[in-house]
Amino acid sequence: MSLPILTITLLAPIVAALVIVFVPKEEEKLCKWIAAIGTGAALLLSLYVYFGYDQSVGGLQWVDFGGPVPWIKDLGVTYFMAVDGLSLPMLLLTNLIGFAAVFASWNVTHRAKELMIYLLILIAGVMGTFIAQDLFIFLLFYEVVVIPIYIMVIIWGSSKRVTKEYAGMKLTIYLLIGSAFLLVGVIATFIQSVLITGQANMSFEGLARVPFPEDFQIYMFGLMLIGFGSLLSMWPLHSWSPDGYAGAPTAVSMIHAGVLKKIGGYGLIRIAIYVLPLGAKFWAPYIAVLGVIGVAYAAMGALAQKDLKYVVGYSSVSHMGYVLLGVASLGVIGVNGAVASMFAHGVMAALFFSMIGFIYEKTHTRWIPDLGGLSHQAPRLSVGFMMAGMASLGLPGLIGFVPEFTIFVESFRVFGWLAVLAIAGIIITALYVLRAGANTLFGPAREEYRQVKDLRGAELVPLVVLGGVLVIGGLLPSLLFDMVNSGVAPILAHIQETLQIGGR
Amino acid sequence: MVDFALTHAWLVPLLPALAFVIIVFLTRPWPKLSGAVSIAAMFSSFVLASSVAYGVFTNPGFIERPLIYSLRWFGMEGFTVDVGVMLDPTSAMMLFMVSMVATLIQIYSTGYMHGDPQYSVFFSYLSLFAASMLGLVISSNLLQMFILWELVGLCSFLLIGFYTFKISAREAAKKAFITTRIGDFGMLLGLLFLQIIFGTLDLAGLAERVPHYEQYGISLGLLTLIAILVFIGPIGKSGQFPLHVWLPDAMEGPTPVSALIHAATMVVAGVYLVGRTLFLFSEVPGAAEVIAFIGAFTAIFAATIAITQREIKRILAYSTVSQLGYMMLALGVGSLSAGMFHLWTHAFFKALMFLGAGSVLHALHDKADVWEMGGLIKKMPITGWTFVIGGLAIAGIPPFAGFWSKDEILVVTLEYARQGHALGYLLFFLASFTALLTAFYMWRMIFLTFFGKEKPENHPHESPLSMTFPLLVLAALAAVGGLIGTPWANVWGKWIHFGHPHHGEPNYGLMFFSVALAVAGIGLAYRLYYQDEEKKLAKQLAERYQPLYKLSYHKYYIDELYQWFTRQVVDASAAVFYWFDIHVVDNIVNGLAGATKLSGQGLRYFHTGRIQTYALVFFLALLVITVVLAFGSPTLAGSMGGVHS
Repeated sequence: MSLPILTITLLAPIVAALVIVFVPKEEEKLCKWIAAIGTGAALLLSLYVYFGYDQSVGGLQWVDFGGPVPWIKDLGVTYFMAVDGLSLPMLLLTNLIGFAAVFASWNVTHRAKELMIYLLILIAGVMGTFIAQDLFIFLLFYEVVVIPIYIMVIIWGSSKRVTKEYAGMKLTIYLLIGSAFLLVGVIATFIQSVLITGQANMSFEGLARVPFPEDFQIYMFGLMLIGFGSLLSMWPLHSWSPDGYAGAPTAVSMIHAGVLKKIGGYGLIRIAIYVLPLGAKFWAPYIAVLGVIGVAYAAMGALAQKDLKYVVGYSSVSHMGYVLLGVASLGVIGVNGAVASMFAHGVMAALFFSMIGFIYEKTHTRWIPDLGGLSHQAPRLSVGFMMAGMASLGLPGLIGFVPEFTIFVESFRVFGWLAVLAIAGIIITALYVLRAGANTLFGPAREEYRQVKDLRGAELVPLVVLGGVLVIGGLLPSLLFDMVNSGVAPILAHIQETLQIGGR
Repeated sequence: MVDFALTHAWLVPLLPALAFVIIVFLTRPWPKLSGAVSIAAMFSSFVLASSVAYGVFTNPGFIERPLIYSLRWFGMEGFTVDVGVMLDPTSAMMLFMVSMVATLIQIYSTGYMHGDPQYSVFFSYLSLFAASMLGLVISSNLLQMFILWELVGLCSFLLIGFYTFKISAREAAKKAFITTRIGDFGMLLGLLFLQIIFGTLDLAGLAERVPHYEQYGISLGLLTLIAILVFIGPIGKSGQFPLHVWLPDAMEGPTPVSALIHAATMVVAGVYLVGRTLFLFSEVPGAAEVIAFIGAFTAIFAATIAITQREIKRILAYSTVSQLGYMMLALGVGSLSAGMFHLWTHAFFKALMFLGAGSVLHALHDKADVWEMGGLIKKMPITGWTFVIGGLAIAGIPPFAGFWSKDEILVVTLEYARQGHALGYLLFFLASFTALLTAFYMWRMIFLTFFGKEKPENHPHESPLSMTFPLLVLAALAAVGGLIGTPWANVWGKWIHFGHPHHGEPNYGLMFFSVALAVAGIGLAYRLYYQDEEKKLAKQLAERYQPLYKLSYHKYYIDELYQWFTRQVVDASAAVFYWFDIHVVDNIVNGLAGATKLSGQGLRYFHTGRIQTYALVFFLALLVITVVLAFGSPTLAGSMGGVHS
């Protein structure tokens, strides 16, 4: 019997957190190094799992303990950890960003020990949602995530347009409200499945085989859409996103925008669509409309911003609109694009926030009109910032373009002119990204920033890791797409089958 | 060697790409070394490209059947993208031209950028640009082309904004990127249509399928729309009206960049793309007419701006816009030969003139106003006389290169008119009038810059050999580069054509006409700016027709219009969206939160912890339910009963 490698990956940051608990809080550097080792180990393991996955076989692989381990028998809850082509990119993304986030927090001196502990718990929680193949365990991890987020925002956050307390509260309440809707939907679905099949089963695969009635599917999908949608900052449930990211410390912004909100997209595909295909069919056009509104609306919102973090905050809402559009197409090409786009956006958003974090550390401002000419003092920082920006505006050669194009192909085919509005978003995106980037970095050097030091040492890690992924993913999109496709295609095949039998 | 080159043509773009990586990661601290790496890679790829061109131009089979090889880039069911190489005379010609001009300009840059603190960075950008541009040229797939199209745009952005200490450079860089992005949006839609309808973006595949578009269930109208959407990309990239505004501002970049990217190579990518997809445009006469008219209009429009500009590089920039319009016109009337021929000759004389302008700016420490120059030819003979050759070429004086290609365009336009196309003669008139204006404004610039009285405050000196050598090579090409396309022995047309090769008889009348236009333009400039030493007549004319003069000098106020639109419409609506977001959407959220809080406070009275209260509530509730069940509405009672049954 092989090692339960996913469980080990999950435990790596938790073990690191436990070790840090016993380190005296004056030993800040040591705490950070332990966190780096913990997340680094998880990153290496997830790379190993990613490249060891056999795409030609497909399906769930790397199953821990050989299969579902019964846990709460009456409810059919099992400890079931496994990955497929849908989970793996998200797992890898979590650990890429988690590792980078530790280094992005390298200069934090205020209660660094606690920060690292919460950060590691957060990373483990997010990771758990992506590798759990059991609904109950998924929800459990999802709730684990909420606690550190709130604490981290109110202790290490910053108050600008809104206070950090407000931001933290907003983030947390949204997460909770989302999970409340989700919980209702999930419990109802579970009970209904017991009524239909007479068996208690919480695994996604098991639930997907239950023939739920159409009306039921439509209602439950609606509830889950509110839950996952608010997590994914779907318009009009997005307003936590800009405020929350602006108030949060760098590491939280990176993880939240980079990967936590992707739980929404992941859940939508893995749970809502997979288990409730008839509901998905009913809601798809509405999701598409909300997605398109989100793209255009948030892009315009980003254009009006002067605070760098708000620009990226709105920008991430806008990008999630593309993801929703891809998901709503309910076609393999579109959903592939959506998943790849989540990965791509995660990397670029994390890089963006880490660079903004450094800019803020070094200049004590994020206000674009007060910035300028930073490329003179900090060329590496500028490269990182521009790379994130260029990826965000969908520059080919970086990771964002192909997923976006793939979404366009499918959504243009399915939704026609509605998609054009979303595609037009690329112009507005270029406008706000270039304004933010060029006005911050280019132009004459400013006297007040003469002392600014470029990135060096540990500060370079986020740039190297995330920037490297941006380029590799851009040049070799098949590394990502083949994996995503091996996970998405069977799910959508299952849905097509169900829809045909449902035949309505 | 030739066979190796043909099967390894992908090395041509790869070598500069490697140079980019090497400079960025290894040699950046050593400027001289970086420059050497860049030039060595560029020259190697020029040698390879020459072999490719030799291989292609000695094998007539490539005209009908291009050499194509490709590999899968990514794919999924229903959507695959292959990237690869497509070699035919058109791409081989471009490969040769681009790699040669790029090599010359890199050599020139070693002199021009000497001592710049960002020297290594500059060469890394030039290498990245060359890689992207050469990759674009050999692309076998439209998506691949689009990707590299965007990458050359990125390089253009970086190089326009290269002097980061200048605010104007930063603004110009942004403007270039965003304006071309508007074009790319249209093009992207066009590509999406093509992918969805024809199931491929391979050039060869599309060339096969597009002519049978009815079998794919689409109408001529939709195909016309698709073609026009695709053409919006070139409108942006090749500076056609109304997206031309970025190109003159792009002169904020270092002059070698203006010569390479914004005259000889990148800006002609749009022309090249239209040439590459002529199978699409030839199917839809409506779209072809649009191209011809936009081209002709851009040509005359930019020429009328160029006649009053004062900055040497701006005059050249408007001239580039105008000449690009000329190329588009040729493609619009259906002649790949003429369009590509003008692209070829233009690359030489325009790169030459830009580099010459750079040499002048270098000598005068970046003083750019032609009215403050004069008599420079005495101190700068190589720059001056090579510039004069460029001026003769662009004006259309035989036997210089521009004459032959311009003549070819006039010939095909006239033929187009004679075939009975509505307004064909208007196109011909616009093209002819542009030729006259071109000769005039170019020689206005030449007389003001190089002839006439020397200005005592200027202390010009000839540039170093690294800069004059490329000028000499380009001058030679500008002089004789057109001889391969004379009407008597049209080697060019035999190799590069779409459909059937063009077998026009030499039209001596038209030749005479076009020379007369050129001589008239030069003569007028001579009269106004050389003979008249005080330039009295020119000033009088400007005063008498002041409204017209101002309109031209202020570029028809189009920049102002766009600026107004961006500020008053785009930014203002962004502000409205943001206001809506924080005042409406957010307030609803906060309101909901407030309501929850209030209800929480209200509900607190129920949550007292006193058993008596709970018992009371419990009792009351039971009472209510019983009463309802006993006396309530039958439907409600019935439905509740239904639960048990």
